[in-house]
Amino acid sequence: MRIYADNAATTAMSPAAVAAMTPYLTEQYGNPSSLYALGQRAREAIESARETVARCIGASAREITFTSGGSEADNQAILTAVQIGAKAGKRHIVSDAIEHHAVLHTLQKLQGQGFEVTLLPVHENGIVRPEELKAALRDDTCLVTIMYANNEIGTIQPIREIGAICRERGALFHTDAVQAVGHIPVDATADQFDLLSASAHKFHGPKGVGFLYARRGVRLTNLIEGGAQERGRRAGTENVPGIVAAATALEEAVLNRAANAEKLTALRDRLIAGLSDIPHAALNGDARMRLPSNVNFCFEGIEGESLLLLLDDRGVMASSGSACTSGSLDPSHVLLAIGRAHDVAHGSLRLTLGDDATEEQVDYIIAAVRDVVAYLRGFSPVWRDLCAGKLPHIL
Amino acid sequence: MALYSEKVMDHFRNPRNVGVIENADGVGEVGNAKCGDIMKMYLKIENDVIVDVKFETFGCGSAIASSSMATELIKGKPVCEAMQLTNKAVAEALDGLPDYKMHCSVLAEEAIRNALDDYYTKHPEKRKD
Repeated sequence: MRIYADNAATTAMSPAAVAAMTPYLTEQYGNPSSLYALGQRAREAIESARETVARCIGASAREITFTSGGSEADNQAILTAVQIGAKAGKRHIVSDAIEHHAVLHTLQKLQGQGFEVTLLPVHENGIVRPEELKAALRDDTCLVTIMYANNEIGTIQPIREIGAICRERGALFHTDAVQAVGHIPVDATADQFDLLSASAHKFHGPKGVGFLYARRGVRLTNLIEGGAQERGRRAGTENVPGIVAAATALEEAVLNRAANAEKLTALRDRLIAGLSDIPHAALNGDARMRLPSNVNFCFEGIEGESLLLLLDDRGVMASSGSACTSGSLDPSHVLLAIGRAHDVAHGSLRLTLGDDATEEQVDYIIAAVRDVVAYLRGFSPVWRDLCAGKLPHIL
Repeated sequence: MALYSEKVMDHFRNPRNVGVIENADGVGEVGNAKCGDIMKMYLKIENDVIVDVKFETFGCGSAIASSSMATELIKGKPVCEAMQLTNKAVAEALDGLPDYKMHCSVLAEEAIRNALDDYYTKHPEKRKD
């Protein structure tokens, strides 16, 4: 059995999206800036895609700018907000400890340029507390950037409440919604975010394309200077096939969202229940306020990379927050932020189910993880010490 | 290209000399769980020859493969020869390790060195230097 359970990393492309983009990779190769029909057909395709994307998140087309992906959108959103803030003498930013590096590294760079950053804690369940956000906001806060849903532990933040608080206090609110768009309801009107970042390959679109939503009146700062594409807010000839496919994929994802979410939530909870039976294992992140597809566990006494390699041998493709899988010495900043000790954070496993997942697959995964964890513990000196009482169990 | 060589994957999937030696003549442990790698080596030594060696490892694929290969390289060898084992020899025997995984071979060398040191501490009369 081959089971792709790493859908938070990327997703398989939707066949409808592939079909939609194919003409723009072949005969419809025109440059949208050209005035003849071949170019104008590409222009129409982009504008139609913009309408579709806007509709899918309750926005208007003018509020959507296509980018190369989620990271670019995150960067542009943050730089836009701080530029607007700096003009008004506001140089304080509020974010949280479990943001994606596209946000955290951008904030670090801004700290070096004199901006002050407050990172809210996310507590054991991986969720920001609105009252703590309220307390952190200052008169000089120009930006609040809090992700919609976390890429590692799947926790969903109280975006609606956060949006209302930011609106009331006059701070721009950006949300990295890369893991959310197409998977959980996202609505620009109800949620009250001012800026939102999304990436197509997380919702069955192609890699290399994403979009940035900017509420009307929020004037974007360019990251890339050049031509007047994207209303002068993002230079460079548009990725026409990618944009067309992104819109098709998003439309399809939103159409099937409720049914997929219901099915996946049941499968997710079955997977969580099965893995919870493994001794000294613990779920990371909130059990309820989490993405329908996300399961993340820590297992004591083992290391994540060896777990992934052996699961791969059994046909299960997954990921881990272990340092060994990232090439750094520290395990995932997300797991550390929710209070996991380094020792157990190295033994983490993230499984993110696809829309086509089945009960049979979930049961196969549970059995495979159980076997591999037991096997690795069988020659782990840490596990031996835990069992002998020389080390205290933390999970 | 795959992350690891076939040799690494072979030793990772089918690690040699896994386990514990009760009443070992030398035991060495290196690394810490905080960093994500711990290796423990057990030696059985008779007439200055390593007649048996076992290991336990908490760590990534290359840590397990490095432990396994290191035990293979010293098993049946005289103690003085095992003392000369280098991390480079372990990595080469595995047909190479990615740069950022070379520390796994260093841990294997150190674990064996620690086990031999333990043996010499218990048997100071054996130390020739």
